[in-house]
Amino acid sequence: MTGRPLPVPTPLTEGFWAAAREHRLVVQRCDDCGRLRHYPQERCPECTSPAWDWSPVSGRGVVYTYTRSHKPFHPAWADAAPYVVATVELDEGVRMVSDLPPEDTDRVQIGSRVEVFFDDQPGTEVTLPRFRLA
Amino acid sequence: MNHQALKDRCAIVGAGHTAYTRGTDRSTLDLHLEAALRALDDAGLCPADVDAVMPSASAGRCAEDFIRNLGLRDLAFSSTVHMGGASTVASIQSACLAISAGLASCVLVPAGRRGYSGERVSTGQNVKEAIMSDVAEFEAPYGNLAAAQWFAQAAQRHMFEYGTTSEQLGHIAVTMREHANLNPGALMYGKPMTLADHQSSRMITTPFRLFDCSLESDGAGALVVTSAERARDLPQPPVQVSGIGEAHGYPPTSLTHKPDMAVVRSLQLAGAKAFAMAGVTTGDLDCLMIHEGFTWYVIAGLEALGVVKPGEGGPFAAEGHIRLGGTLPVNPSGGALSEGHVSGMNHLIEAVRQIRGQVPAARQVPGCATVAVATEGNFFDASVVVLRGEAA
Repeated sequence: MTGRPLPVPTPLTEGFWAAAREHRLVVQRCDDCGRLRHYPQERCPECTSPAWDWSPVSGRGVVYTYTRSHKPFHPAWADAAPYVVATVELDEGVRMVSDLPPEDTDRVQIGSRVEVFFDDQPGTEVTLPRFRLA
Repeated sequence: MNHQALKDRCAIVGAGHTAYTRGTDRSTLDLHLEAALRALDDAGLCPADVDAVMPSASAGRCAEDFIRNLGLRDLAFSSTVHMGGASTVASIQSACLAISAGLASCVLVPAGRRGYSGERVSTGQNVKEAIMSDVAEFEAPYGNLAAAQWFAQAAQRHMFEYGTTSEQLGHIAVTMREHANLNPGALMYGKPMTLADHQSSRMITTPFRLFDCSLESDGAGALVVTSAERARDLPQPPVQVSGIGEAHGYPPTSLTHKPDMAVVRSLQLAGAKAFAMAGVTTGDLDCLMIHEGFTWYVIAGLEALGVVKPGEGGPFAAEGHIRLGGTLPVNPSGGALSEGHVSGMNHLIEAVRQIRGQVPAARQVPGCATVAVATEGNFFDASVVVLRGEAA
């Protein structure tokens, strides 16, 4: 089975993936105004501050929307289709995208509660934080 | 900002395109060059008249492609817009700016790609703009890989909020196909579709079935833009750029990060700018073009432009209002769903020809004088132009 397309961390994003390897979910938090943000970016969009640190988040949230993909758009999902890609809104307000485990494919709804789990990618140093129905 | 600064200052004086096909052995550049030469011929101009070009980033093009192949020895201006499918109309805006500022007098705007044979979206071969890097790092590892999946999630949210249905999406697909069957140049000409055909087409990614997705096609089109004054001396009836606007999605990183995915706020803003500049309302439009990557985007467009209220786009389409002969015909040439996906250029060319009265009678909108063209690109970037015949 072909592996997933894996992230190629940059100096800006490396901390997110390093935390994931330790099975921790973090996002950027502005040192000046406290605003959380994701995906990683240089400056706070609220106050333009360059000062930030990684901040742990709960890993709990709701499905804002989703799609059930019957066509695998990549060989990694060739045997998994149909699979669900969900846009998750964490309780802290930031959004993340995740595919859901097969058992959730026919159960997911907009508004479903979800929780994070950590999926170590075999043969790699990469851990993907993923979500499943809570 | 002076919102009237560009009103009626410039005109589209030439339009041309290649055949739209599924399969070609020609390069994307060669398609652009054919379209450019056809547009210049249509305008009664030649390459030596061109002093500016707006190359398409989505097609991987640069000014030098045109300088050397068309022998443009005196190119004075060029800029490239990075708004995906919204780039074509936004490029016209940049062309109008350059002309109005006296930097250029005759601007070539080419667009289109080998969406079937080369830069194909569904297989990830399309040109990746810089803004795609976040999605590549944080969404592709989770299988969120294709535009169909991004827009499907927007459509799914729209259904959740407003009760929009798959059948309503189907009416849009069927309407575009009806229009394409009046257009011998459309890829789907001679291939009628019923609502039942739509409903039984295979599911791609919910709620999008195969017939909710635009065509993956090869082809290019081009426009020639000059000052309105110069346009009066050229052979074609001038089509004036009466209002134009662009707006960028926020946050720009991904469709999934838009606070309200069911509303295309940038299209609301771009439309409001274009309509205000032209001094028109949606009620003044004889025809509307929406560059629709997916059926749902017609609904999103009708709502964002204010033709209907949020949530009313689906019923409006299902009741037949967007058909030729309806309240506001949308995409009489069949659009990206059934004519071809040419980065919105085919919508612009149809708008020009409708206003000139140059399309076959079967799909000519009677007395067509005022047309808006709305385009979407990348993650809800948007641009809108209001075109008018000189007499309008």
